[in-house]
Amino acid sequence: MELFLLAVSTIAIGVLGCVAWFWGSNYVLDSILPPRGPNAGANIRRAGMVRPWLFLGPAILFLGIYLVYPVLNSVWLSLMNASSSRFVGGDNYGWLIGDSKFQESMINNFLWLLVVPALSTLFGLIAAQLTDRIRWGNFGKSLIFMPMAISFVGAGVIWKLIYEYREAGAEQIGLLNAIVQALGGNPQTWLSLQPWNNFFLMIVLVWIQTGFAMVILSAALRGIPEETIEAAVLDGASPWQIFFKIKVPQIMGTIAVVWTTITITVLKVFDIVFVMTNGQWGTQVLANLMYDWMFRGTPDYGRGSAIAIVLMVLVLPIMIWNIRNVRKEMR
Amino acid sequence: MDGMAGQKSSLTWAVNIAALLLVVLWTIPTAGLLVSSFRDRDQISTTGWWKSMTSQEQSSFVRTGAAEDQVQDGDLYVLEGDLVGEGQSLSAWGTSARDPGAFAPGESTDVDGATLTVTEDGQYRMESTAPFEMRRGERIFVITESPPSFTTENYSRVLNAQGIGRAFMNTMTVTIPATVIPILIAAFAAYALAWMEFPGRALLTAAVVGLLVVPLQVALIPLLRLHNEIGIGKGYLGIWLAHTGFGLPLAIYLLRNYMVGLPREVIESARVDGATEFQIFRKIILPLSFPALASFAIFQFLWVWNDLLVATVFLGNTRDELVMTGVLRELMGSRGGDWEILATSAFISIAVPLLVFFAMQKYLVRGLLAGSVKGG
Repeated sequence: MELFLLAVSTIAIGVLGCVAWFWGSNYVLDSILPPRGPNAGANIRRAGMVRPWLFLGPAILFLGIYLVYPVLNSVWLSLMNASSSRFVGGDNYGWLIGDSKFQESMINNFLWLLVVPALSTLFGLIAAQLTDRIRWGNFGKSLIFMPMAISFVGAGVIWKLIYEYREAGAEQIGLLNAIVQALGGNPQTWLSLQPWNNFFLMIVLVWIQTGFAMVILSAALRGIPEETIEAAVLDGASPWQIFFKIKVPQIMGTIAVVWTTITITVLKVFDIVFVMTNGQWGTQVLANLMYDWMFRGTPDYGRGSAIAIVLMVLVLPIMIWNIRNVRKEMR
Repeated sequence: MDGMAGQKSSLTWAVNIAALLLVVLWTIPTAGLLVSSFRDRDQISTTGWWKSMTSQEQSSFVRTGAAEDQVQDGDLYVLEGDLVGEGQSLSAWGTSARDPGAFAPGESTDVDGATLTVTEDGQYRMESTAPFEMRRGERIFVITESPPSFTTENYSRVLNAQGIGRAFMNTMTVTIPATVIPILIAAFAAYALAWMEFPGRALLTAAVVGLLVVPLQVALIPLLRLHNEIGIGKGYLGIWLAHTGFGLPLAIYLLRNYMVGLPREVIESARVDGATEFQIFRKIILPLSFPALASFAIFQFLWVWNDLLVATVFLGNTRDELVMTGVLRELMGSRGGDWEILATSAFISIAVPLLVFFAMQKYLVRGLLAGSVKGG
């Protein structure tokens, strides 16, 4: 109950505070530079120069403190020692390069980057194409899209049940081992089966992201002008040819967007590895490695920050590509 | 023409079957969790959840009574008792582990000079002319059928005992303010970016797009230190502020994209009529932008509700402070094999997002389409 009151009063304070700021600051501006009287024209112009910043103020403040400052500060911290008390230059980065866990994480992240966006986009494309052509398509779409709403931790539990292991010959309660045993194979402890366990973790993310890819690609497929398809049908193109030679090339831009968006999610993948293997058995990834260094007995902020900066650098090309696209569009 | 029509219908069939396969494949994992959460502990640990819909055959053994349990019935010494539990039915029985289903119910056999009879309702009767002298009972192997059975007991147990009820409240407390506050801040900023002329507008828009992809991990250490230095420490205030900051780029971007598309004439004519920017925003822009506001609200709600990382870093880690993803994570460590607890807790934690998802799917899809940066 106390919690409830706290939450409600926070919402009230937050909302009222925002409203008070926006309304109050505009009111003050209008009374200092009234848009009427002898100087109306000049006043409106001058107020027009100030007003955008009143509207943007809180947002800029938040973005500055919670995103821009941390990036800059992380760069600085990554050049300091564990407790950030002494400048150590590039030592943390030097240590990273030689650290076997870091190398393992880089390789694994790279594998994730190769597999997850590709499979998610592929399945998403197939799902979009299939569900667009059938009567119960929307219902089917909902179900494929559903994992999007499930937390990574929840998905971890769901898939752990699928990978559950019982000794050979015993009744299997994990679906995967039950199938393997029914086909005459030996049940495995999938999550510690190197190096394949990485792929069993990736499947979880593919399962979640396919719905996202499907929704976007389905909209793109429907946006293809009918004439191009009709022309192809008249020329006698087979359904396969229509799909791969007419439709897919026309939505290449959207495929690229889906691919990069999933790529960013993959780079930051943390929860799945954290709850399913916690980086054991050769499944470590950058985000989890960073968490390790941050929350280990005595936190090492220098090394943790260095790993975070590596992540940031990996995201940078996509960031630049996105910004260029948006600027092109705004012109 | 006939050939083409035939081809078309077989293609339709193939498409339907392929789609069905895909949908089933994507639904099964969640279905497994849901079904498991309604099964009792013994069932979960002995059979796969996919078998729970049909009757289960189980084999086990039961010991008869020993010498001290015998009663005298005329000249005979008799041991009697029940072999099956409630709701189960006996399909076969036996006296050796090698052949546990040797006899049908109603048959009799000899055991060490005594006559053993097992009836269909699971009663056994062992008769002998000489008194029984064994100290431990004979083993009788039984094969029983239990009908499918489901229980809601896991839910009441988990809600009361495993801290999930408390965590549910904590999650709500984190999520609702962290969803409402960024919307308001972002709406004003988005309006300025979309409809006001000022130097640096293009640069700011580009900056927002850039910040969209900044990995959260970069922000954790500096913000944790900042919060500790200025005295916020770990707690709700800190996590609300953090989620607000992290959610803003997407909020501003989504809302700006939507507001740019609003009809210019409406806004221009309001300006000509002497409406102030604040009035335009409140009376025209906000109501018209409702779909975009709803889209973002759903995104932010799902993201905050499902988040584990930000909660672990900015909120304390004692039992009373954990959010649901945190409790779930802890249970995975400490009760890894207790699937009835894990499955039930997991389902409680994903129930709210699923509900929101199915109720508001339209807005979610719309938001996704507007939110993915358009490719060249």
